Amino acid sequence: MSDHSAIVSTIAEVLPEWFLPDNRPGYAGLIVPSERIHEAAEYLKDQKHFDMLTSVTSADYFPEDRLEMVYHFRRSTGGEPLRIKCILNRKDSQIDSLVDVFPGAELQEREVWDLMGVRFMGHPDLRRILTWEGFAGHPLRKDWKEPFFEEEIKPYKSRWPDGKFIRAEEKNPLGDNLCFPPGFDPESWVPDKDETLYKSMTRVAKAGEDGFDSDTIIVNLGPQHPSTHGVFRMVARLDGETVVDLKPVMGYLHRNHEKIGERNTFLGNMPFTDRLDYICSMSNNFAYALAVEKLLNVTPPERAEYIRVIMAELTRIVNHLVANGFLLNDLGAFFTPVLYSLEEREFILDFFEAASGSRMMCNYFRFGGVVRDLDEHMMGMLKAILERLPRKMDELEKYLIGSEIVRVRSEGVGILTPEAAIANSATGPLLRASGVPYDLRRADPYSIYDRFDFDVCVRYHGDIYDRFMLRIDEIRQSIRILKQAVRDIPNGPVLTGKPQYQVRVPAGEAYGRVEGPKGELGFYLVSNGKSNPARYHVRAPTFINLTSLAGMSRGNKVADVVTILGSIDIVLGEVDR
Amino acid sequence: MYGLGILKGLSVTLKHFILTFVDDAKRGKARYQSPQGIAYRQSTELSGLFTVQYPEEKLPVPEEFRYIPFLVYEEEDGQKKLRCTSCGICSKVCPPQCIYIVRSVDPETGKPVPNPAEFCIDVDICMNCGLCAEYCPFDAIKMDHDYEIASFDRIKHHVFDISRLAKPVSYYASIRPKNYKTEEEAREAKAAAKQGAASV
Amino acid sequence: MKESLNSPGVQIPEELSGQVAITTLDRIYNWGRRNSLWPLMSGLACCAIEMICTAASRYDFSRFGMEVMRPSPRQADFMLISGTVTKKMVPQLVRLYNQMPEPKYVVAMGACASGGGPFKEGYSVVPGIDKFLPVDVYIPGCPPTPQALLNGLMKLQEKIDHQTLKSDAHWYKKGGSAPIPVPILGPDLIDLRKIEQIRLASQAPEPGTDEDNHEVPHE
Repeated sequence: MSDHSAIVSTIAEVLPEWFLPDNRPGYAGLIVPSERIHEAAEYLKDQKHFDMLTSVTSADYFPEDRLEMVYHFRRSTGGEPLRIKCILNRKDSQIDSLVDVFPGAELQEREVWDLMGVRFMGHPDLRRILTWEGFAGHPLRKDWKEPFFEEEIKPYKSRWPDGKFIRAEEKNPLGDNLCFPPGFDPESWVPDKDETLYKSMTRVAKAGEDGFDSDTIIVNLGPQHPSTHGVFRMVARLDGETVVDLKPVMGYLHRNHEKIGERNTFLGNMPFTDRLDYICSMSNNFAYALAVEKLLNVTPPERAEYIRVIMAELTRIVNHLVANGFLLNDLGAFFTPVLYSLEEREFILDFFEAASGSRMMCNYFRFGGVVRDLDEHMMGMLKAILERLPRKMDELEKYLIGSEIVRVRSEGVGILTPEAAIANSATGPLLRASGVPYDLRRADPYSIYDRFDFDVCVRYHGDIYDRFMLRIDEIRQSIRILKQAVRDIPNGPVLTGKPQYQVRVPAGEAYGRVEGPKGELGFYLVSNGKSNPARYHVRAPTFINLTSLAGMSRGNKVADVVTILGSIDIVLGEVDR
Repeated sequence: MYGLGILKGLSVTLKHFILTFVDDAKRGKARYQSPQGIAYRQSTELSGLFTVQYPEEKLPVPEEFRYIPFLVYEEEDGQKKLRCTSCGICSKVCPPQCIYIVRSVDPETGKPVPNPAEFCIDVDICMNCGLCAEYCPFDAIKMDHDYEIASFDRIKHHVFDISRLAKPVSYYASIRPKNYKTEEEAREAKAAAKQGAASV
Repeated sequence: MKESLNSPGVQIPEELSGQVAITTLDRIYNWGRRNSLWPLMSGLACCAIEMICTAASRYDFSRFGMEVMRPSPRQADFMLISGTVTKKMVPQLVRLYNQMPEPKYVVAMGACASGGGPFKEGYSVVPGIDKFLPVDVYIPGCPPTPQALLNGLMKLQEKIDHQTLKSDAHWYKKGGSAPIPVPILGPDLIDLRKIEQIRLASQAPEPGTDEDNHEVPHE
């Protein structure tokens, strides 16, 4: 069952005839000739009001010698995404870049170049993003094998019935996770010293007023730094203390999630999704379960749906508590707001531990429901949390929102206009704090969110203070949803069908998405009928939200760059996958 | 007055500070190093000091807590008999493939015997997901609660073999009483059904 | 603290027992060091969140003297590697380790830092930080709960207790210890201590390779 036949049928008759429908069984969307993709993007944006490009990815169909680019377009007024595909050949793949129409495609196209080897013509800065300059090969291609490669798909035959223990290092000639191209001479290698990166930053030639010529300096912030956002590096060009240009450098936590995901079975990917956005593991599980359930065409029972909503909203509260606490940490209130937020978070983590077995890596969702029911004791814990949270939120609000230091440092800083937010494919609190009331739970409802009564929080200034206040508003709305869910939850089973570990997923593709705490988290899955995904891509909200970082930082002081980064609320597990 | 916001915030901190002493005074000695003290600090009516002082006070872990797996054995006539039949499902379902099983082979006939000759778990790869315990059809591998397994040398100590993994059923019943009860009831029901079918 | 500072085997007269303690130089030196270990905040991934929770109010590790979590390596005593070590990040970690003043320790927290973890099969993951740095304590778990981390840190304190000034305090000897060479990023991570091995392995003719494929190392 395709997931957007509705949208295609409403506009298909008014699209030009070179938008061809994708008629493969289990597939949906439209195919556009690759040389006309730029024209198609402009047409969709100007004539059909698809002003958000939410996802740019690719899929390697190795046996058929074909590489596909897959684009998902959305309207900021709501609705399902429109999937457009372009077919390229595997040798010498290139296509026009869409950065001039949709600036949000910039980082995503760099990722496709890095991992899949598709060259984008017209891209302003096509460098590798998740691996490093000089890396050999394009890892996500099907014929590229990693150094510790054992077998094509899991489960490996070498583990049973003759599974003698052997470390992977012993099988590799270098004794480590390394493989070099033949004839490589390590002593003659000159490593890349970021010259292209520094040269690519805009210069501002300033003729001095008094006859002095001033110059700008380049400062690297990170990857080791006191802010607790993880291993992320920003290269800033400063004129005195003001930022002239800024470029993010990521890939310091690139853990090959997508390549490992193609080797795993569908069920085996569930614990790996916990580790994507490691603060909100339930939300990642939710999005992945939705994507696979679309392919399997199975719906969870009622009680499981309510439990899923409860877990998703609790995760939203956990994430916003952490985000706000760490933002206040960046603003200078060294550790006390973090301590108060983490105290509330600990109660919710106790609930997660009781229900799923682990504080953070919950692995709780399954295809067709959840793994375990919530008993009386756990519902009692949940009700106690819901009784404590509102008054603690009042206290946290009283604590810092009136503080003059916080207001002076965050009002008017890091402004993101609504047009820039939509053009940069921002989603989540970043988009809503700029005045665009776009929330997937209302715009493109999934699960049972249409039964709950809640408001979409919006704020209109687009600065750091608004994002901070928006997250507090969202916590209150989540508490409202939780109270309704706890009141209405029915009794019944929590899993459709029997629990089975060999899930045979019919061939096709699906894009499952949720409104995660940080934005739209989506999983694009392609299955070829076997027990392992053929292509597994994560649409990471924070990775794409980082496109707006440079625009927000220009003109601000270098001390504000750290707080702007804190207000975007990044998690490196998701940025780098 | 400028600065009122900061003062309001500082008053919240001051209140937390004073509450720690007030609560200590109210509850006296029972607040620390006693099970009801730990339970109080885990409940949501808490006000005051939140710290649980490890190692003197250990926060109890809930029943579903998962850390490293262990193999369950039953004691029959003083012999340890592992429930594991080396069917290999746990090793197939493990996402990072950290379970290595060698199935026993009968030396005379060459046929496989439902018993593991070797069973290794590489703890440096295990991600504590619990899928092995969830899908084992014989209730033979379960997730342990023991988290105090730090060591100085990983080559020697971080590959758990059968001697390190095998723990008795009584241990399993003590850490997971509810699950144990449900499983025992299911086993008895199955045995009764089999007997009923056999006697017919 | 399990042992008291008093050295057993030396009898202190009754009237002085509350006022005098007799100890060895080793014991008091180690007592000072183990009770004020300052961690280097090298939080890489998910384990870093559990590290922050250990620093937070419920499992406070300032009770052990470790609350001063320094981001600068010059002021830190031990490096708590929490999270997956990737090839892009390893040069920075080795540089940080070289900048730390002696005596320094390394604690590998979590399965990823100990031995690669669930991501060991990945192409850009270093399978355990002990490929580059000498690790003192390994804490398995994914992620280790804060209580497990505290248990691991107590093991580090135990290790320090057993060190002696004569044989283990190499920071007082002439010469000092050589810094670890920082690896460089080539077509794959180049460890400067293994250059000969890399050259030999790259020159051995590999059967059945394609020009733009990465070789399959085994068979």
